[in-house]
Amino acid sequence: MAKKEIICAGFGGQGVLTAGMLLINAGMEQDKNVLFYPSYGSEMRGGTANCTVKISDGLIASPISKQPDILFTMNTPAIDKFEERLKPGGLLLVNSSIVPEDRTYRDDIKVVKVPATDIAAEVANPKGANLVMLGALAANSDLFSIEYMETAIVSFFEKKGKGKFNEKNVACYRRGVEGK
Amino acid sequence: MRLVAPETVTFTQSGFCPGCGHGLAVRLIAEVMEEMELSEKLLAIVDVACGSLNIDSWRFDTIMAAHGRPIATAVGVKKVRPENPVMAYIGDGAAYSIGMAETMHTAIRNDNVVAIVINNSLYGMTGGQCAPTSLPGQITTSTPKGKDPKKAGMPFRVDQAFSGLDIAYLARGSLADAKGMVQSKKYIKKAFEKHMRGEGFCLVELLSPCPTNLNMTPVKSVERIKNEMIPFFPLGEFKDKKEEA
Amino acid sequence: MAKVLLKGNEALAEAALAAGCRFYSGYPITPQTEILEYLSWRMEEVGGEFIQAESELAGINMVLGAAAAGARALTTSSGPGFSLKQEGISYLVAADLPAVIVDVMRIGTGLGDIAQGQGDYWQLTRGGGHGDYHTLVLAPASVQENADMMAEAFDLAEKYRHPVLIASDAAIGQMIEAVEIPEFKEHDINKFDWTIKGCKKGTEQRKIQNVYYTHPDYEGYLSEKYRQMEQEQRYETVQVEDAELVLVAYGISSRVCRETVEIARAEGLKLGLIRPITLWPFPVKAFEEAKAAKAFLTVEMNILGQMVDDVKLAIESKYPVDHYGSIFEIPESDGIIAKAKEMLKKEGK
Repeated sequence: MAKKEIICAGFGGQGVLTAGMLLINAGMEQDKNVLFYPSYGSEMRGGTANCTVKISDGLIASPISKQPDILFTMNTPAIDKFEERLKPGGLLLVNSSIVPEDRTYRDDIKVVKVPATDIAAEVANPKGANLVMLGALAANSDLFSIEYMETAIVSFFEKKGKGKFNEKNVACYRRGVEGK
Repeated sequence: MRLVAPETVTFTQSGFCPGCGHGLAVRLIAEVMEEMELSEKLLAIVDVACGSLNIDSWRFDTIMAAHGRPIATAVGVKKVRPENPVMAYIGDGAAYSIGMAETMHTAIRNDNVVAIVINNSLYGMTGGQCAPTSLPGQITTSTPKGKDPKKAGMPFRVDQAFSGLDIAYLARGSLADAKGMVQSKKYIKKAFEKHMRGEGFCLVELLSPCPTNLNMTPVKSVERIKNEMIPFFPLGEFKDKKEEA
Repeated sequence: MAKVLLKGNEALAEAALAAGCRFYSGYPITPQTEILEYLSWRMEEVGGEFIQAESELAGINMVLGAAAAGARALTTSSGPGFSLKQEGISYLVAADLPAVIVDVMRIGTGLGDIAQGQGDYWQLTRGGGHGDYHTLVLAPASVQENADMMAEAFDLAEKYRHPVLIASDAAIGQMIEAVEIPEFKEHDINKFDWTIKGCKKGTEQRKIQNVYYTHPDYEGYLSEKYRQMEQEQRYETVQVEDAELVLVAYGISSRVCRETVEIARAEGLKLGLIRPITLWPFPVKAFEEAKAAKAFLTVEMNILGQMVDDVKLAIESKYPVDHYGSIFEIPESDGIIAKAKEMLKKEGK
């Protein structure tokens, strides 16, 4: 991995910004250059949220991603908004719990569907849907190894003093790696 | 009454017009500082208007701040040097017009600074224009036919506007005669005493003569304070937080 | 110190504390509000004073008082709020007072909009307040530089007893990167004799006022002060020596341009980059490296190409200077390269 650009998008509250932070934290701890750029402004609660994440061995130029390598989407509007921008051959992660099954996608990209919201509910960690998605991301890209991403997630929450939730967090993540 | 001026009055050649009230206010402040043994501690902030000339007439460490902002500047000074007495010395135009937001919000926060406001009912430095404190019918260079309250409002009374705020002290004195000055000095001293006890914002307004811009003799201009200004601007203490407690 | 993840605005705030800043007064305005919010809790932890002022005017004039009293004092704003600060900045200059003022630039005129922009170049570099002055202006291009330049800004402000401006922008302010905050140091408010502290009997009274009133050789003193400040030119160059067209960009735009040079060179197009780090003094010295240049192109997030005049002066108008203005958007390499090609074609290359 020399340089990866990821856009994380979904409803506010689905943890897309936290997912972005988890990714750059993982990158930073591997001494990579990292950048996180939130969409900001007078956005309403419950509206859409997205962030751009860049992780690179070299210098990072713009905070904007015109053509991301990976799209981490948690709802339908996020796909509507960003699918077009995805690099040909890029990875689109879809939260199949809430995105209609009959939705069609570009045929030059890799689409991975994970029932993230359902899995998080099954694990009794409703806020962990983003971690399910991160599991799917790790399993389907060369961004970070599956093991490293898990360690990075655990250490991120420990640093925040939220280590006691890590058991369920890891459960979500591992289900995401399995993809079901 | 003492005849020897405090050491902090410099007696450099004054830039004030004959009959001006600023010199009187300087003397009173300097006496209070001496009596309270604060002469070596006071940090003063003057406005750029006539009162700015005091930077040379007293020997306190002094900032000349932007027009209307000395109270805000005083807040900055006090936060950095909380042990020192900090005073903003400004005119009515600075305090109640261009700097009204700064005066009002310092009062709302009850920041621990002293404001001495010289009310001469006009803008002195710029040649006698109408101020928020100008009296109805007052001829000024910007109200040549007399101030019309329908257009420019009634004289601003700080006692009415600020006495409902949670501030430490609010008083108005006069520099028109010896009796007024004795009383004014008492107010100034009380303000500094409360200030040194950390009680909060203390504002003392002083009615002051400006014969030059009123086109009056010095004697006439002090008579005007007694006969025309005091009816609009009553003297006394309007807020004394500790007494209320 | 280990690297941490911080927003650009937070890095500015934390670095100010590390530099010994113990006084802040500001007013909310997007996109700089995180600085105010961060310091609202963090300043207390380090024993400093935080005030949410009633306006930008009050904020900057509180800073003036704090600076005169000896503190390392900071205020921050954005575009229209920064305009209001200009009153106090002019007074700080007039009275020889050090302070640091940050402008997290947003786009437009009047209210403008909260999107990133570089439309404040003129009001930053031309002495935006009343009168006859310049201030040193540092332009960071990353979260790390936000932190590093804060320390440098305070040092420069003290060195020259002059306010120093930091020209950040919404993109750098809002982005999160890994950053190492410089080591904490304490500042002594009695470090300098000139700060007001109370006049001891028999000693000289300290007067903080327009130097014009007090300096026996006001003109000579100020001319020399500005002559020295003009030596503080800071810049970076990227492959300028053999470049046929030199891009000139600062802040977030310069990051893009660094990549643009790389992409263009891979295509065989000889581009270079001059990145002013000080916007004033403008780094005229950097242009001596541009020995093969046939044209210059500023890349800025504004409509009018505010830096073009400074480039023309630096090269004495010997070559054409044009402007690529991305306005609301962060510039993109393909647009810059297209414009560069067009310019070089005109020059017969």
